[in-house]
Amino acid sequence: MATVPRTTKIKIPTLAAKNAARMGHPRVPVRAPEPGRFGVYGGRYVPETLMAALDELDREYQKAKRDRKFQQRLDELLRTYAGRPTPLFFARRLTQKLGGAKIYLKREDLLHTGAHKINNCLGQALLVERMGKHRVIAETGAGQHGVATATVCALLGFECVVYMGTEDMRRQELNVFRMRLLGAEVRGVESGSRTLKDAINEAMRDWVTNVRTTHYLLGSVLGAHPYPTMVRDFHRVIGREARAQILKAEGKLPAAIIACVGGGSNSIGIFYDFIKDRKVQLIGVEAGGRGEKLGDHAARFRGGLPGVLQGTYSYVLQDSAGQIATTHSVSAGLDYPSIGPEHAALRDAGRAEYVPASDAEALEATTLLARTEGIIPALESAHAVAEVVKRAPKMKKSEVVIVNVSGRGDKDIGILRENLRIN
Amino acid sequence: MPLLFHKKPALVVYVTCGDPNLATTREIVLAAIEAGADVIELGVPFSDPVADGPVIQRASERALKHGTSLAQVLTLAAEIRQHAQSTGLIIFSYLNPILRMGMKKFCAVARHAGVDGVLVTDLPVEEAGEYLQAMRANDLAPVFLASPTSPDARLKQIAAASKGFVYAVSRTGVTGARQQLAADAQKLVRRLRKVTKLPVAVGFGISTAAQFAEVGGFADAVVVGSAIVETIERNRGREAAAVAEFVCGLSAVSHQPSAKTG
Repeated sequence: MATVPRTTKIKIPTLAAKNAARMGHPRVPVRAPEPGRFGVYGGRYVPETLMAALDELDREYQKAKRDRKFQQRLDELLRTYAGRPTPLFFARRLTQKLGGAKIYLKREDLLHTGAHKINNCLGQALLVERMGKHRVIAETGAGQHGVATATVCALLGFECVVYMGTEDMRRQELNVFRMRLLGAEVRGVESGSRTLKDAINEAMRDWVTNVRTTHYLLGSVLGAHPYPTMVRDFHRVIGREARAQILKAEGKLPAAIIACVGGGSNSIGIFYDFIKDRKVQLIGVEAGGRGEKLGDHAARFRGGLPGVLQGTYSYVLQDSAGQIATTHSVSAGLDYPSIGPEHAALRDAGRAEYVPASDAEALEATTLLARTEGIIPALESAHAVAEVVKRAPKMKKSEVVIVNVSGRGDKDIGILRENLRIN
Repeated sequence: MPLLFHKKPALVVYVTCGDPNLATTREIVLAAIEAGADVIELGVPFSDPVADGPVIQRASERALKHGTSLAQVLTLAAEIRQHAQSTGLIIFSYLNPILRMGMKKFCAVARHAGVDGVLVTDLPVEEAGEYLQAMRANDLAPVFLASPTSPDARLKQIAAASKGFVYAVSRTGVTGARQQLAADAQKLVRRLRKVTKLPVAVGFGISTAAQFAEVGGFADAVVVGSAIVETIERNRGREAAAVAEFVCGLSAVSHQPSAKTG
């Protein structure tokens, strides 16, 4: 699309420029690679009131990244509190059943709070501490990010408010209770389709109002810079571990990695350290929902167009007038009309491939994984399992594929009971 | 036509176009102009108005229910322009509908419609390169928001990129009425005066004649939005008349002529 808004000049106070300024020379505007851009995607499209807070967050994050003490503390919490490293498990019976590639499961579902979301929450919570803020807000779809946020707020003693669409509160009521048990306030959002997108709108409204005292703990690789980069960095550990684990187990890299993509945090987390391994196929699975009509799915690469939603430029499901479309998925965590900007760039560059899995396929995959491996995946992760069911039989037995089981299915028991006829 | 503030303080009126329908919006706007509005902000309804409070959210939902689009708002602007030669017209929108239409096409159509300026809520100066080019090429005034949280360096950038006037947000938060106006607003205007000669309009949360007078004491113009939209919501069937009464009540305090122009 030709209408990508781009900044042309950014003033960066390089050392030379600072010295020049000190010596009475005018500061020279320097052309620099734009931070927060992935190809043409990403950027910062927010009301002016939030710009200073995003700058502060970016500065603080850059400092923390280089601070060994910060990294050590995060590593220790990931190990002793969250339960890292997570195992890479060989799914023997599933492999046999599908009769193709060897399937490994990256077990993010075994983490504390039941999903990968805790990786990012611990990272951002330590940043909140550094910034001296005491109030944390978050949005949640499936409730996994909300629970992880409520958890780290309890751990570090922050006030916590979680915004959640009332439709999602209904279908993920167990997680609503968990958040409240953890001391968080859950605020129902009645606007729009009453799902994740609307929860983010409301969280942004809270942030724009209370920005001086509040940190917005965004739960995916979405939103304005620095979120997509920062959240990805906090989840990189998934791919870093998986890469070392598969090399140890198989002595070679996998042919493919499969992960579900809502905003895209678990997928970018497991993809990232494999991007340089050009032979490893990276496959993201979007929510195919109940059909191909706009409004019946959340497959952004099937019908979405580049646009701006909630702070970032990426693929967006929208109508011909630029209004954001409603979406549908059986899994609340994938039910979102846009996708992380880095995924859009990976897709345009041909480095990653994105395919849909339908509600029915995801439900079927849930039962299959439960009965072959004794693992009940979250409905989100079940979309990735559904793709391996299609793909593994077509692959050679000597090939290896890793599926990221980003979360566990306990939270979905209610929906599973509604949808699966099990006596 | 340049944006002109005929009186001090001037009155800028915001409406969400298409609420309750475009024909009524047209009547409301013409009535507001007749009653003394100097500049009209034509709000383009958007599905995800993150910068707006409940009143404008509800209005946007109503307008979108019957498919109000940016293209229709531009047509409405052209109609209004035919009836009101000397009133400033500003398109007030979120970015995505503009991107969908295409930045260049949007600016060309807006100019042709007789629009004077554009304010894009979720487009900060850093991301505005192509936008500013297209605006300049069509002789349209880009108006940017300045916030109490904007450091001085940003205020400078904002003022440098703006034409016509700078829109100072009275406080952190979304649009909508507040009982009291924070001291934030006056401080921000004072900071803006140091970096720009452009007139400063203050908006967000101004809903009464008393607040209008208070803000008018230190700003060149006062923006009233949610209070107008709420008046429309509350007066089904007599929207234009109700808005005219409301505007008369507000601008009764602003008589003095002012030489200040943009």
